[in-house]
Amino acid sequence: MGEYFINILLLMLTAVLVENYIFSKFLGICPFLGVSDKPDTALGMGFAVMFVMTLSSAATWAVYHLILVPFHLEYLETIAFILIIASLVQFIEMFLRKFIPALYGALGIYLPLITTNCAVLGAALINIQNNYDFIQSLAYGFASAAGFTLAIVIFAGVRVRISFADPPKSFRGIPIAMIAASLIAMAFSGFSGMSF
Amino acid sequence: MKYSIKDLKNQLLDGLFNKNPVLVQMLGMCSALAVTTSVTNALGMGLAVTAVLICSNVFISLLRNFIPQQIRIASYIVIISGFVTAVQLLIQAYLPDLNRTLGLFIPLIVVNCIILARAESFASKQPVLPSAVDGLSMGLGYTFALVLVAAVRELVGAGTLLGFKVTPAAYEPAIIFILPAGAFLTLGFLIALMNRIRSNLEKKSAKDKEEN
Repeated sequence: MGEYFINILLLMLTAVLVENYIFSKFLGICPFLGVSDKPDTALGMGFAVMFVMTLSSAATWAVYHLILVPFHLEYLETIAFILIIASLVQFIEMFLRKFIPALYGALGIYLPLITTNCAVLGAALINIQNNYDFIQSLAYGFASAAGFTLAIVIFAGVRVRISFADPPKSFRGIPIAMIAASLIAMAFSGFSGMSF
Repeated sequence: MKYSIKDLKNQLLDGLFNKNPVLVQMLGMCSALAVTTSVTNALGMGLAVTAVLICSNVFISLLRNFIPQQIRIASYIVIISGFVTAVQLLIQAYLPDLNRTLGLFIPLIVVNCIILARAESFASKQPVLPSAVDGLSMGLGYTFALVLVAAVRELVGAGTLLGFKVTPAAYEPAIIFILPAGAFLTLGFLIALMNRIRSNLEKKSAKDKEEN
């Protein structure tokens, strides 16, 4: 039993650092470039993604193993997962607006963007691909979203500094941001030698 | 309204250059960074996206008067994921090697922003023929950008092109270009280059106008 939990912890650590979604798997680059101007909006987006990804990992795992597998419909996973994620996001939005308005105020504007965030669908598909059980899926979903949040917050800090710099005109905006991301990715590739 | 050769030329030019989905509109960045470790992968991914884009554009354009306004995004996603699943199954059956290297990024075409963006901003308002051409030109533009990034990364990072060794034996490949860091670096520089070319062209056309 103890070994099981240690494995889960290692799985989570790997997902956050070694296989970071942004810097090594390239999932969720659009919101990464889109909302990483300021650290506090980046943090808001990060928390929204963590919230949705943990719930969607659970929901897609349940639907895959309880509905798609028994009826031999595994080939419908992409369609089923994207529909689950889209409706889950919609549902979370309504739920938060009604019952936890404070949280809705903080995360509300980021929620619609999450439907087309490839990190969410990516995590759901990886859970199935790697044959994770329910607890592992939950842990993996949460930890990869935490890695995403870490990356996006670090990057927002760097971008605040870049906004005071004066790069050549063609490099202004996205190109210089990509080059900064490249430097952070080099730092993160230091983790890639570690295997748990 | 008749569709002329000139419209066709403009649309193709828009997709490949003026409004290139990756290098100008910054859409579909995830796959542009992830699958560009070799030109073969980039070509395969680009053609898969092009196929989905043409099919979804045609289908959405055909249904544009039947899809209710409120649930249009959900309907688009269902249509797109249907075509993505079809393409995924075809690649699995006929190109298993490509399927293994692209892996996760084939099903992730569903959430590739290019496809939804073209559905929303073009196919939902235009007749079938221009929508099909739009799908083709945007898809080719995406493929072009991916192949460009992949060519730089493969040449510098591995010394090969399409799997063939092209650099002299003395050249020591810079592995960093195959690693994730190289993806960001190459795409950043290519976007900057694109900005430069476009601003030069704009300056030139403004000058031409003044002289006339």
